[in-house]
Amino acid sequence: MQAKKRYLLVSVVAGLLFLIYLWGLQIEEFPQQQQQPYQYPQTPQHYQHHQHWPESTELLEPYLEGGEQEEDSPQLHHQHTSPRERRAIRDNIYKNKRCRMETCFDFARCQSGFRVYIYPPQRGDTISETYQKILSSIEESRFRTTDPSRACLFILAVDTLDRDQLSVQYVQNVRTRIHNLPTWNDGRNHLIFNLYSGTWPDYTEDLGFEVGQAMLAKASADVANFRPNFDISIPLFSKDHPLKEGATGYLTLNDAPPSRKYQLVFKGKRYLTGIGSETRNALYHVHNGDDVLLLTTCKHGKEWEKHKDSRCDRDNKDYSKFDYQQLLHNSSFCLVPRGRRLGSFRFLEALQAACIPVILSNGWELPFSEVIDWRKAAIIGDERLLLQVPSITRSVGRDRMLALRQQTQFLWDAYFSSVAKIVLTTLEIIQDRVESHVSRNHLLWNSLPGGLYALPQYSADPAQFPFYYAILGKSPSQQFTAVIHTVSPLQSQISPVVKLIIAVAKSKFCAQIVVLWTCETPLPPRHKWPSTSVPLSVIQGQTKTMSSRFLPHDIIATDAVLSLDEDSVLSTNEVDFAFIVWQSFPERIVGYPARSHYWDSSRSRWGYTSKWTNDYSMVLTGAAFYHRYYHYLFTHYVPASLLTMVDHMANCEDILMNFLVSAVTKQPPIKVTQKKQYKETMMTQGSKASRWADPDHFTQRQTCMNVFSRWLGFMPLVHSQMRLDPVLFRDQVSILRKKYRDIERL
Amino acid sequence: MYGSGKYSSRGPALIPRMKTKHRLYYITLFSVVLLGLIATGMFQFWPHSIESTTEWTLEKGSVHDAPLIRLPGSSPIPERGDLSCRMHTCFDVYRCGYNPKNKIKVYIYPLQRFVDELGVPISSTGLSREYNDLLSSISDSDFYTDDVTRACLFIPSIDVLNQNSLRIRETAQALTMLPRWDKGMNHLLFNMLPGGPPDYNTALDVPRDRALLAGGGFSTWTYRQGYDVSIPVYSPLSADVVLPERQPGPQRYFILSSQTAIHREYRAELERLKEENGESLLLLNKCSNLSQGAASARKRCYKGQVYDYPQILQESSFCVVLRGARLGQAALSDVLQAGCVPVILADSYILPFSEVLDWKRASVVIPEEKLSEMYTILKSIPQRQVEEMQRQARWFWEAYFSSMKAIGLTTLQIINDRIYPYAAHTYEQWNNPSVVKWSSVNSPLFLPLIPPRAPGFTAVVLTYDRVESLFRVITEISKVPSLAKLLVVWNNQNKSPPEESLWPKVGVPLKVVRTKENKLSNRFFPYDEIETEAVLAIDDDIIMLTSDELQFGYEVWREFPDRLVGYPGRLHLWDHEMGKWKYESEWTNEVSMVLTGAAFYHKYYNYLYTYKMPGDIKNWVDAHMNCEDIAMNFLVANVTGKAPIKVTPRKKFKCPECTAIDGLSLDQTHMVERSECINKFASVFGTMPLKVVEHRADPVLYKDDFPEKLKSFPNIGSL
Repeated sequence: MQAKKRYLLVSVVAGLLFLIYLWGLQIEEFPQQQQQPYQYPQTPQHYQHHQHWPESTELLEPYLEGGEQEEDSPQLHHQHTSPRERRAIRDNIYKNKRCRMETCFDFARCQSGFRVYIYPPQRGDTISETYQKILSSIEESRFRTTDPSRACLFILAVDTLDRDQLSVQYVQNVRTRIHNLPTWNDGRNHLIFNLYSGTWPDYTEDLGFEVGQAMLAKASADVANFRPNFDISIPLFSKDHPLKEGATGYLTLNDAPPSRKYQLVFKGKRYLTGIGSETRNALYHVHNGDDVLLLTTCKHGKEWEKHKDSRCDRDNKDYSKFDYQQLLHNSSFCLVPRGRRLGSFRFLEALQAACIPVILSNGWELPFSEVIDWRKAAIIGDERLLLQVPSITRSVGRDRMLALRQQTQFLWDAYFSSVAKIVLTTLEIIQDRVESHVSRNHLLWNSLPGGLYALPQYSADPAQFPFYYAILGKSPSQQFTAVIHTVSPLQSQISPVVKLIIAVAKSKFCAQIVVLWTCETPLPPRHKWPSTSVPLSVIQGQTKTMSSRFLPHDIIATDAVLSLDEDSVLSTNEVDFAFIVWQSFPERIVGYPARSHYWDSSRSRWGYTSKWTNDYSMVLTGAAFYHRYYHYLFTHYVPASLLTMVDHMANCEDILMNFLVSAVTKQPPIKVTQKKQYKETMMTQGSKASRWADPDHFTQRQTCMNVFSRWLGFMPLVHSQMRLDPVLFRDQVSILRKKYRDIERL
Repeated sequence: MYGSGKYSSRGPALIPRMKTKHRLYYITLFSVVLLGLIATGMFQFWPHSIESTTEWTLEKGSVHDAPLIRLPGSSPIPERGDLSCRMHTCFDVYRCGYNPKNKIKVYIYPLQRFVDELGVPISSTGLSREYNDLLSSISDSDFYTDDVTRACLFIPSIDVLNQNSLRIRETAQALTMLPRWDKGMNHLLFNMLPGGPPDYNTALDVPRDRALLAGGGFSTWTYRQGYDVSIPVYSPLSADVVLPERQPGPQRYFILSSQTAIHREYRAELERLKEENGESLLLLNKCSNLSQGAASARKRCYKGQVYDYPQILQESSFCVVLRGARLGQAALSDVLQAGCVPVILADSYILPFSEVLDWKRASVVIPEEKLSEMYTILKSIPQRQVEEMQRQARWFWEAYFSSMKAIGLTTLQIINDRIYPYAAHTYEQWNNPSVVKWSSVNSPLFLPLIPPRAPGFTAVVLTYDRVESLFRVITEISKVPSLAKLLVVWNNQNKSPPEESLWPKVGVPLKVVRTKENKLSNRFFPYDEIETEAVLAIDDDIIMLTSDELQFGYEVWREFPDRLVGYPGRLHLWDHEMGKWKYESEWTNEVSMVLTGAAFYHKYYNYLYTYKMPGDIKNWVDAHMNCEDIAMNFLVANVTGKAPIKVTPRKKFKCPECTAIDGLSLDQTHMVERSECINKFASVFGTMPLKVVEHRADPVLYKDDFPEKLKSFPNIGSL
């Protein structure tokens, strides 16, 4: 017992001594870190800062002698080469692999606008279904031209999508086909689409023909070969990808805070040998079988058993236990590791499923990276740091996750959901380069409604669009321009249009009134028009067509437009109230008479109704406020064929406008309350010359609905069940307390 | 240290086993302690001893005291630099590691003066003022570490800002002499004036292996995207001249060209433009009659007339920045400082910090070939946009160009963003001036979704002890078709909720949560029981809402899922006499708040209210037992920038304002308290986020002359 105590004592003492020793070390370490900066102090007051860099006591010379870049001065010898020569030299050096827009693109061809020409197909050409989709989306786009001499960009008719020599879709004679093109010109101003390049075993980015100075729109682009701001990285998409408006994103409601069962999932092939095998082979280190499920299978290809390793059987068993779609829908993050090539189908699948992509593909130039800010929608990892991935995903806060997930859905819907969108995005990016001073900035590309709906030719300033007021911390201008569409001659001082002008001009928000004179009779003289306190101008349209009512006239300077038919009946009160409402919803149409659409299942087509219903999806533009940008969009975004159809029928222009605005905003229009007695008059009789009386009128509108939804590929209209009234509307309170009294008076 | 700790603790554990063998025990103990000492000594002192010597040299007081290093003529020269380098191929990311702060550690080599074998320095100027400023500001920043073993990025103290003053070969040799050079891995060089006559390379000519280059004047062919960083050419004038911020707007001149070293062909082209367009163009050149020197850099002349530079830049809307022999021009910095929109004519130039800055918002880039069309192109830009660009240009200068510190730290932040992309600064952080950052709102629920009707909503009833009234509320709400679940928050700790059998029978799950404290904020707690996105907050005495009204409220919420959708509306007003905000519950034509005694909202706001409420608002509410609804209205309006939606007409609500027992007096104190809340919250938020609207939502056919039975929501507005 004695011995035991002694041992204990000695050990305790030894332990204590050791602790003191360690403590001593700590102390020593501490001043070591703290004191260093003070070893050669300059002035005592610097003790407070943690100064690491010596304060210089002497005056140092500036790096730029004389404060100017003297070597650029004209006396110098390089000035003898003229800039023109210098550019010529540059253009000669930087060709092919080092192409840039400056050296390999002929801007002169685009003087007359951005037009795209597709070469006619040759007989016997086999064009894959996917390439056909690409071609038809260009054919239907507003950029298309059939005249090669007017073209800015040329698209091949020969299918270059699959350049894997082992593939059945590999087209053999591409090289000769291309070089025989009369306007090939070493590929200048040509755009080549490619999804697969190279083949087993190394999968290099070889296309099997000389691209020359043509631009490549390529999937799985590697930064090593990618020509920045010249090539375009496109996503890899499957042959089932729809031509037009495809499936919408999976997110139907904002599950916030996000609560999905799994944290991180992946399900895919594992390559036992060859390029791209390392990353996927290492995934099992991170797989935890619980909320991180990284499932791989080696069971693919003919000879998988030959290379089979010890994990294959176990992996294959786990792999078959889970359904891929289930995983996608129930996970917060989805791993997108490289496959044989850098991009994989997983990317778009995850994006659509609102499963935040975690990209592990070093050197992959992400799709449309020139314009899309992927950090807002994905986690960009590093293959070398696979083991950090779970902790990175867990460190993402709820707010960020919510934002990331919504961004995946926005990007999917704006740029990726159909082949047409992918192709149009590609073309728009090139157009932005061609005229860089009228191009979209980053904000336009990366916030709702996306670059395809925000045309920079209208304005490159985001503040001029209806979509970005909140983001920019601005609000729309406090005035509106009334645009009155007239078709019948001005008969007397009591004709409805005169009354309308007087009522509208009385609004304190009215900046000016513009009359679009589309009547066949000659313009009445100035004194025939009522005198108003606001400027009244008359535009006599060259084309007296229906669609011309939405022309973006320069005279319309206010953000808001009040579009009116000559026979609309409105009081000043109603105009004021609707305008106040519009200021809260500047991206929508805010108006009075509303209409609705429905699915007619018996005839399996869309139906149109003007009956009084409990909901609506359109607001007639005979009396409605909207942003002036929609004039521009209507005139320049809608294909000419539809505008012709509208003009031909002299009908449906309002439906088309509603389709367009709802397609952009994904929201219903807003109906505001209206003095009741007018409702019937507007709906049933209108003015005598009214087109509403025409019996064909209604059938035409039915047809329009179906034509328009075919054009978009989907039905954009959304129903609303509410109407906005003044706060005290019909309340049991003295009318004197109410601001908008006229709306209630009968 | 860990290892040694373990050893010493083994002592006592060994005792029972070595009872009889004294000597063996002591020997073991002794050797264990000795080993521990040696081990810790090695761990502690070894690396430190090396560093402390290097550290000492860094702390030299004067640059000229820096130790002299003689370069052997035969010392190796690094490779030229690999054009294919990218972060994933040439950068060792393992050195940066995973750290919770997501911040890289930067080490700066101690100052040394390199000379060749003959004693001639490698650079004619040595350390420049600018490079000294740069290093000193980095060493004062959060990025800095003095521990070379922990560093992720290394910055040599060899000044290569201006290639003109360098001896290329010797500078390269000096680089390889750096102790951690390792083929330039993770080394960062700063260079502003690359190349030299006659061909002026667009990147630094000093061979540098894999080192990253922060260069001013990259062309698209030398710039390794995502690896190099394009930086501005610092203008020394920035340090001397203070240009006040100027109100954007039309200026005296439309286009101004102030550069002195313009190629004569380009100057001729500009002269032609001036002839065509007259007075709106000002074409300045060097003053011939002034003597050379620093003063001449501050003067520009046109036909004998002398102008002050850079002040004159403030008098033009657009300022031309033409390439010289080099692509990068210090004039760009001056132009931005003046708040003039730069018109950049330098083909293939990579604009400074273009990886993060959106230059389209602050500049106009025109191909050199189109110089003659410049006037037409610029004229086509609307004035409003020009003003926006002027503002943006000035902000870019302030944030990223104004000092060597700004340039250096921006460069490091860009590299930091690449290494920790998931924690990178956002586009808005980089590009929005603070005034925009302050006023801009991006709703956290920005996706325009109309949630499906089917999941329904969860009604959360806050109650204390009014059981009878509570049961009536429950019975009424249970009639609403879209009700998915009822959650009763029992806020009374002294009394248990009634037995289960006594509760009204309802067709949906009913849960009771008991709270630990009687706090108002319990109403907005993100309970796990709330599974639907939509939450209906309702008081236990709101029995007057009809089923139609509630269902309609839910439908309206579906159209505006990011807003508060409620029944009684309230207003805030500015009281001019008192100079503060006032709460208003009278019949007004406007609404800026809805009471949460009956309101639908997204469940995300419960999370925000509980965890992200600014300042001490939550505690204030709990302490005063009032204003939780006003706080919620502030919160939602602040993150969305939108007004709430009031649904259906006004009814006689049994609201707090009306429950006053002895009428007026209590009512008034209540109003005063509510007004106080508004003022308090506005000061905490630093702004008044509430938005005033003049509309309310009614069913489409409300009060229309139409058969009631055909209306979806006939029973609305009955008193």
